[in-house]
Amino acid sequence: MAKRDSDRTEDVETTGHDWDGIKELNNPLPKWWLYVLYACIVWAIAYWILYPAWPLVSSYTKGTLGFSQRAVVAEQLEQSKAEKAGFREQIANNELAEIKANPELLNFALAGGAAAFGDNCAPCHGRGAQGAVGYPNLRDDAWLWGGSLDAIHQTIRYGIRADHPDTRNGQMPAFGRLGMLQPPQVNDVAEHVLSLSGNAEDQEAAERGGEMFTTNCAACHGADGTGNRELGAPNLADELWLYGGDKASIVETINNARGGMMPAWNERLDPATVKELAIYVHSLGGGE
Amino acid sequence: MAATLQRDEWKAFSDFLALGAAGILVVIGAILAIGGEDRAMAFHGCLLFGAAGLAFLYILTQVIEKKEAHDATSYADGVVRAGVIATIFWGIAGFLIGDVIAWQLAFPVLNLDLPWTNFGRLRPVHTSAVIFAFGGNALIATSLYVVQRTCRARLAGKWSPWFVFWGYQLFLVLAATGYILGVTQSKEYAEPEWYVDIWLTLVWVVYFLVFVATLAKRREPHIYVANWFYLAFIVTVAMLHIVNNLAVPISLLGSKSYVIYSGVQDAMTQWWYGHNAVGFFLTAGFLGMMYYFVPKRAERPIYSYRLSVVHFWSLIFIYIWAGPHHLHYSALPDWAQMLGMTFSIILWMPSWGGMINGLMTLSGAWDKLRTDPVIRILVVAVAFYGMSTFEGPLMSIRSVNALSHYTDWTIGHVHSGALGWVAYITFGALYCLVPWLWQRKALYSQRMVEWHFWISTLGILLYITSMWVSGILQGLMWRAYDQLGFLEYSFVETVEAMHPFYVIRATGGLLFLIGALLMTYNLWRTARGDEPLDAADQPSIAAAPEFRSASAE
Repeated sequence: MAKRDSDRTEDVETTGHDWDGIKELNNPLPKWWLYVLYACIVWAIAYWILYPAWPLVSSYTKGTLGFSQRAVVAEQLEQSKAEKAGFREQIANNELAEIKANPELLNFALAGGAAAFGDNCAPCHGRGAQGAVGYPNLRDDAWLWGGSLDAIHQTIRYGIRADHPDTRNGQMPAFGRLGMLQPPQVNDVAEHVLSLSGNAEDQEAAERGGEMFTTNCAACHGADGTGNRELGAPNLADELWLYGGDKASIVETINNARGGMMPAWNERLDPATVKELAIYVHSLGGGE
Repeated sequence: MAATLQRDEWKAFSDFLALGAAGILVVIGAILAIGGEDRAMAFHGCLLFGAAGLAFLYILTQVIEKKEAHDATSYADGVVRAGVIATIFWGIAGFLIGDVIAWQLAFPVLNLDLPWTNFGRLRPVHTSAVIFAFGGNALIATSLYVVQRTCRARLAGKWSPWFVFWGYQLFLVLAATGYILGVTQSKEYAEPEWYVDIWLTLVWVVYFLVFVATLAKRREPHIYVANWFYLAFIVTVAMLHIVNNLAVPISLLGSKSYVIYSGVQDAMTQWWYGHNAVGFFLTAGFLGMMYYFVPKRAERPIYSYRLSVVHFWSLIFIYIWAGPHHLHYSALPDWAQMLGMTFSIILWMPSWGGMINGLMTLSGAWDKLRTDPVIRILVVAVAFYGMSTFEGPLMSIRSVNALSHYTDWTIGHVHSGALGWVAYITFGALYCLVPWLWQRKALYSQRMVEWHFWISTLGILLYITSMWVSGILQGLMWRAYDQLGFLEYSFVETVEAMHPFYVIRATGGLLFLIGALLMTYNLWRTARGDEPLDAADQPSIAAAPEFRSASAE
């Protein structure tokens, strides 16, 4: 049955089959292949002896090392908690100012705040807290609700326009949409707002808008437009703009109002972490 | 006389069955189209109605005209030709969508803010298009080609092979349009909803019957090893598909269903399926392809019959245990994780058996690597197969997995197997098949095959190396702590760090797509019968059997 494969130097026999011109040589299994296979099997058996591996009727083989993934996780969590325990407790129990005064605590709070900021705040405020359109820059001194440690702490804890009863809440009316100002008036007010920082394109319109600004806007933004932190009313005279300082953006703001929101973080993070965040944000450059 | 009469009766019976089945499907399609409780179901009812209606009319015209079937002694190659065309079509579609979503990951604005084009819906379109549409059609087409040649028997059934082909295309269209419309059961690589699953089951059972009936009427004493692999692929995929997709539909007229498993059992069933889809669809099936096209093209005997027996049975037996390594460090019990891991390690050599048999088959013919780019594609496919079946067991080790899991390393691993192995072995088979099936003297251009090879190999290398770097970087960033025990990097920082690698990856994908487009053009010119540009440079095996010079045999 077996034939010699004539065009082959090694002179190996074929199995004698021929399928559509394909033949098979009858080479033995490569030795190294077989030995590596055996080694893998031996390794596996050793592993089965040492670790949990095979199911039984109502349990499983536990292995001689007593390994348990849950136990490892619990131990690591415990260890991590223990490492931080002293610091975390002190941060939870101390006033912000006291934490700031203690270099060791401050160092810990800044590290914890940076980590918490990256995972919770960076998606909106940016990785470097530089902000984006609609999301305030936290590195400058233009604060909507105040830049003191306590003010920042309160903002983080209860959020802005969030569900919490103590949340920061300021509301600007949609002057255009609600018909409180007509389109030409909106235009004039926008020019006036621009004039506060010396950027008006049309001085006459800006002057015409002055009166309307006093009646409609000054109550919150102040007569000189420098804002009011009690109400979260931004300073309009500092050339820093949360939603854009070009004319079209300002007209849009007056027409439809804005009102970004931030969640109340005390519902998501523990008090020590919120304090760490406040200290971290305060430290970024704009803290008062 | 009696024999002819009996044959005619059988023919009439099979025509009647085909008509009846198409008729029933028309009715079901109409019911779903009219009564469908959601728009996706109504739309899919319309698709079924239209497809079954066309099939019904076509069968009817054939029966009325009493067209005599082709010479019953020749091979049934029509369905294989259709499969080759479908493979190329879906391949291009799948590669294109894959590259689109790769660019989406680098530049999210490309999601276009539309529900139908966002990453979440296009990603399953990509995976299903390349695995099931491109890979599946390639497997069906080549298996139906190979089983006929190696059994010296015409394909069993008159309508059944065509039902398998068109039924499978309908499955693919139902699945892909469903994903875009938001219909999914949220199981990775098993996203289609219950009614599409039932349809695929029907198609698959007929595929199995056609294959086995052809094996049964073989005129060779033994069954060739390629057919063992194809059969293992068909049988196991049926089992995996049915078990993993057991679900209870909310309504028989609605698209939504709930899977019967819950919690970690659902996860385990899903990854038993998912891992063995890799094992039996993307490994066993394509090894079947390798076992025919490599020795055929190289005109060399298979290296070792004994190795093929041992590695076939060990692969089949061991693969099925390895699924739990997809769920390391999860709620899956420790023992299941460990068992899955150890079997994954044992699996290393059985997988490599196929690589050794493929590569060693070339011994005595290594010069063909230089002269025949088709051989080169086939051999590089086997090399990538060896690389990814080494990387797989490595990544299944728990401590390695702790770093690699959920990172881009996994994506890179999958693509070294998918682009390097599955797609390359398919490209090699396609370059062989088109001249053979369309009775041409040679490929239109061998130089173009060279270009395809180098462009797409560069693409694959860019893809997998960028994903290795990005994946390991990602894993290391995730686990970095500062000295106070806080995470060193936030998640967004790791996302930001991935950007350059995503651009490189998408560029690699683009090169791969360009290579595939070159192949499409080349094969189209070949099939059309255009005069080959460099026939003299091509081996005689490139030609269809009737054109081969005598010396080649």
